[in-house]
Amino acid sequence: MAKNRNRKRKASPIEASTAEPLESSIEENEEIEIGEEVVDGNDSSDSEGEEVYTSDDEGELSFESDEEGNFSRNLNKMKLNGGGEDSSGEDENADAEKEEPSSSNTAKKEKLQTSVEAFKSELNGSSSKKNQQEEEDEYKNDTSDEEDIRNTVGNIPMHWYDEYKHIGYDWDAKKIIKPARRDQLDDFLKRMEDPNFWRTVKDKQTGQDIVISEADIELIKRINSQRIPDEQYNDYAPWVEWFTSEVEQMPITNVPAHKRSFLPSKSEKTKVAKLVHAIKMGWMKTTEQREKEKAAAGPKFYMLWESDTDREKMRRIHDHVSAPKRDLPGHAESYNPPPEYLFDDKEMKEWHKFKDEPQRRKLHFMPQKFNSLREVPAYSRYIRERFLRCLDLYLCPRAKRMKLTIDAEYLIPKLPSPKDLQPFPTVESIVYTGHTDMIRTISIEPYGQYIVSGSDDHTVKIWEVSTGRCTKTIDTGDIVRSVAWCPNSKISLIAVASGQRLILLNPKVGDKMLIKKTDDILIEAPKIDVLESERIKSAVQWAAAEGNEYETGYRIIITHFKPIKQVTWHGKGDYFATVMPEGANRSALIHQLSKRRTQIPFSKSKGLIQCVLFHPIKPCLFVATQKNIRIYDLVKQELLKKLLSNSKWISDMAIHPKGDNLLVSTYDKKMLWFDLDLSTKPYQTIRLHRNAVRSSAYHLRYPLFASASDDQSVIVSHGMVYNDLLQNPLIVPLKKLQTHKPHEDFGVFDVMWHPAQPWVFSAGADSTIRLYT
Amino acid sequence: MRRLKKYESGEGSQYISRRQALRKLQLSLNDFRRLCILKGIYPREPKHRRRAQRGSSDIKILYHSKDIKFLLHEPIVWTLRDYKIFHRRTNRDRAIRDFRNLKRRLDAFPDLKLDHIVKERYPTFIDAIKDLDDCLTLLFLFSTFPSLKFVPREQSAMCRRLTIEFLHAIIASKALRKVFISIKGYYFQADIKGQKVTWIVPHYYPFQPQSKSDVDFKVMSIFVEFYTIMLGFVNFRLYHSLNLTYPPQFPKAVGQDDESELSNEQTFVSERIAALNIDLLKTDATVQDEEEEELDIDLLSSDADSERIKKMKQEAAQVRKLKTLFKGLKFFINREVPREPLVLIIRSFGGKVSWDKSLFAGATFDETDETITHQIVDRPQVSKKYMSRDYVQPQYVFDCVNQVNLLPVNKYFIGAVLPAHLSPFVDPNREEVYIPPEEKALRDPSLIETHEQSDDSDEDNDNSKSKSDEEEPIAEPERDAQLEEAFKLELHKENTRALKKIETEEHRLKARMVKPRHRQLFRKLIKEKQEKQKEHWLLDKKRKRINAEQKEIKKKRKVEDRQTKASA
Repeated sequence: MAKNRNRKRKASPIEASTAEPLESSIEENEEIEIGEEVVDGNDSSDSEGEEVYTSDDEGELSFESDEEGNFSRNLNKMKLNGGGEDSSGEDENADAEKEEPSSSNTAKKEKLQTSVEAFKSELNGSSSKKNQQEEEDEYKNDTSDEEDIRNTVGNIPMHWYDEYKHIGYDWDAKKIIKPARRDQLDDFLKRMEDPNFWRTVKDKQTGQDIVISEADIELIKRINSQRIPDEQYNDYAPWVEWFTSEVEQMPITNVPAHKRSFLPSKSEKTKVAKLVHAIKMGWMKTTEQREKEKAAAGPKFYMLWESDTDREKMRRIHDHVSAPKRDLPGHAESYNPPPEYLFDDKEMKEWHKFKDEPQRRKLHFMPQKFNSLREVPAYSRYIRERFLRCLDLYLCPRAKRMKLTIDAEYLIPKLPSPKDLQPFPTVESIVYTGHTDMIRTISIEPYGQYIVSGSDDHTVKIWEVSTGRCTKTIDTGDIVRSVAWCPNSKISLIAVASGQRLILLNPKVGDKMLIKKTDDILIEAPKIDVLESERIKSAVQWAAAEGNEYETGYRIIITHFKPIKQVTWHGKGDYFATVMPEGANRSALIHQLSKRRTQIPFSKSKGLIQCVLFHPIKPCLFVATQKNIRIYDLVKQELLKKLLSNSKWISDMAIHPKGDNLLVSTYDKKMLWFDLDLSTKPYQTIRLHRNAVRSSAYHLRYPLFASASDDQSVIVSHGMVYNDLLQNPLIVPLKKLQTHKPHEDFGVFDVMWHPAQPWVFSAGADSTIRLYT
Repeated sequence: MRRLKKYESGEGSQYISRRQALRKLQLSLNDFRRLCILKGIYPREPKHRRRAQRGSSDIKILYHSKDIKFLLHEPIVWTLRDYKIFHRRTNRDRAIRDFRNLKRRLDAFPDLKLDHIVKERYPTFIDAIKDLDDCLTLLFLFSTFPSLKFVPREQSAMCRRLTIEFLHAIIASKALRKVFISIKGYYFQADIKGQKVTWIVPHYYPFQPQSKSDVDFKVMSIFVEFYTIMLGFVNFRLYHSLNLTYPPQFPKAVGQDDESELSNEQTFVSERIAALNIDLLKTDATVQDEEEEELDIDLLSSDADSERIKKMKQEAAQVRKLKTLFKGLKFFINREVPREPLVLIIRSFGGKVSWDKSLFAGATFDETDETITHQIVDRPQVSKKYMSRDYVQPQYVFDCVNQVNLLPVNKYFIGAVLPAHLSPFVDPNREEVYIPPEEKALRDPSLIETHEQSDDSDEDNDNSKSKSDEEEPIAEPERDAQLEEAFKLELHKENTRALKKIETEEHRLKARMVKPRHRQLFRKLIKEKQEKQKEHWLLDKKRKRINAEQKEIKKKRKVEDRQTKASA
């Protein structure tokens, strides 16, 4: 049945698609082909006059009957379902049959209608009296098929026959000839003449024109407007329950239950037993158990620490170093900081400059200001910062380090204030000018009235201290490297080291008696009873000055075999020593004035001798090589001590008048204070200067010492030596005097104290001598 | 006895490189990392790296060999190995599509228990509190995370639960001391058992997708794994000491999250805050021990009146005042204001707080309530105003707490330009560091008045000058006298300058007498000092410039006003 119906629908597509073309045709008066869709928006009124169905073909009749049969079968089925049918419905059915002309379309609609009627009748609850009659009807209308049998080509695309004259074959295998095709003129005429033209439709199957009846149009309209095609059908009829929801008392069937249904299943039993065992053993969990577990999942917390401070003994991490806490935020991190914390253009530039090396930035974030809290966004680097902290916690090596939280002031040793240690020189008072080149050396008269200076301009000048006047200038003919005024106040004599010559000079200043006396002493040369060795002879020649030289003040000239660097007197003024650094094992010589004799104290040199110094009291000689200082006993002729300077190059040394402390200046910016009683290592290393220290000097009376350096400064310090052996010397830097001008990287060459006053003289490379008082 | 070879004793045998450690523990690098994070093992910096690395001078990660031996006996190493086996087996099941077995295996996921590690790492409760800073900051961050690849949903839910519990404990114990709004988030500092605990709550919404090279969420997740356990135990003990039941009972289940809850961030936040606004159940509501504390301090003071005790007393008084700072005040929070920090602050200092009932859950009173004393608003205007309350911006609450005082509200009115928000964490006694004038004013209230006065007086001076210019010239003898005075002043100035110069020179000479072994340190200290001074000077200069600019703008405005008036 269902299959049939499907076929039907396919065979006659008019059902669904004719409505629109119908309506459009009213205005345009065109022939309508079935299945052709004309899209036209124009509406038209439906009532255009009543028309009669016309049919030209015989096949239609048979078709009709066929339809009849079909739907009567439908009825039968309904009867079976309902158990009864109404006669009135049947009557209507009959009416419809009578009414309907023979048309396939109408027939179908008929069928629908009738089936609906049948339903209606069933609703009414009809009697079963007329059963007999209906059965008769059924057989009466029974035909073989409901297929359209006017044309036997079947369900094929009809355009296959477009080229032929016929359109298919009828039941008797005769060609169905296509009706004569009208031309346009005919069409037009027909449209004009035939009032039914708009409802005339061409049947694809037969090629005939069909005029659609009034009822059909009504039906099409209903379908088109998506209503139920039958006008009589009640949409809102009360609902009838065909199958009751109530449980019936009695069974519908009377079959006795099988024995199987009473007996427990063996296979199931084994299965259940397995599950029960699994549950018992805890291999499997019931849903209840599982839910309970799920709810209780997650960590459980309890009282882990019994008290706040007690610790349980257990194995723990060895020597734990707890991680330092993060720095707390300052004002700059505020969302509304004071304005000075915000970056200006310069800081912004710097911020961008260190884009690639953010660790060099001052702050790790850019301070920002927001006018209100609602404008503050999430910090974009927040997660990253937390992550970095996590990395630090587990990857950063930890160690305990002592961190000093002391002030820098604390590291400066506690020293008395310079104000309490006066007097000491503070200001420059006199500048002695006259030399034309660097002044390498100066020396003072024992009474402190005159000073002598030796310079690179080959001259020696004698100055009056109080006035700054140059009283005498003596040209020596070579660079003067060292001058030394004889410390013996009873003779007026200066030792001048000029090139290879050592000149003993009577300056002829001061007390005239003294000058004369000196000359008298030096006039008569003592007789030399001891024969001098060849070693000495080749090194030194003594000679008395004569003629012009004598006039200028030269008394004795000692010519050495190498240039002399230093000359120094013994405290009593009879012995003096000279140093020739290039002299190898004869570089230090000791001369005796009274006997005009020279000794070579060392047979072997222990290094490049820089300078020598007599001990003020004891018969000792200090010899400074580049790195060390050796102290020799001149009487016993043995080495007493070797002082380790720990520096690269010694420049000069000075001894405290009491003879227990030695001050050594070095070219590596240091001064070393040796306490001879204490140790062979320096008691204190004093780094006051910023450049090589050239010279240092002790004051004879005051506890003062001064140092001169290439940084053009003279630094005066307090150096108190106590008689108490237990008390260490006190060293306090007092004053930095910096008035010399720099000259070819040299600053101050020599420094010297006034014998009585707290005055200090300095000889500089700027060819001046300055007095500070 | 055999003579020990080189590096068999001393520093050479004390340290072990990471590669060696991995080999010894038979763990993969990932497992080792996890173990180190959980157990709190970290590399050590040796005294002599070369010696510790047995002669090689490249930089290796060195662990103390005792630490590695300690790890060797750790039971969770076995759990980590179980994980490895578990993954291998489940992966196999998945590959051969044996889902029945897979399901069984997934149910038997090995459990990692960390309780004993917490106790081991923190021998006492105080130790745990000391280390709470990082824990809280990380958990507060994670409590806002959506579920990520390496951050399971349960983890962030757990963080949420624990942090709320902690905040409750803070509120109940009134332990909060300092608060600060930074550009990074809200800083809170609480005093728990005498330890200062500082944590950061980020601004909403902190989660942003991070590139893989920037952030490894897996590492953070391992940290969180340990920190959740630790904070749970800390919370338990805190609640216990406060006589509160643990776990606390909330009106709605905050810890359990449904799909709907997670899907809507807004609701999640509001629930979180709603929970904060509710008092917890107490085990027994009997005695408060605040009074006892006071008594103790009184006793101390009677014993001796030294400076230290005075100071302690002062601090105690401050804390007492802080605890009742907002007592009796009722705050209403407008909807645009971040509620979580404010609820925490207001509630922990005794205030009552509420918000719009229709928007968020947990409101306790309505906006129409006439007893509301402050309404916190963060927008330029409000349509409906009540006369009975003060309308303030949120910064007001923070500043009040930091200054332990209810400040006058006039600076914090709606739409007002807010005063600078200063950090409470800076050391008030620091030296040679720039202190902004606002902070100076806070420390010494007399300063603020003088400062303002000076401003006024400056203006007055200007006025007077202009007036004097307009007046007749001064008589000549007077002028001479003035000149002389000026000269004297100048002389004096010169003298002082010279004196200063001499002093600095003396100081310089003295500084050269620093012992050689301290010289490096001394130089470093001096350099630091100089840098600080430079910073100070720069900031000072900047501030002066800004002030001058502002003054000029003010003047201009005044002139313009006058002109407009005149023209009118």
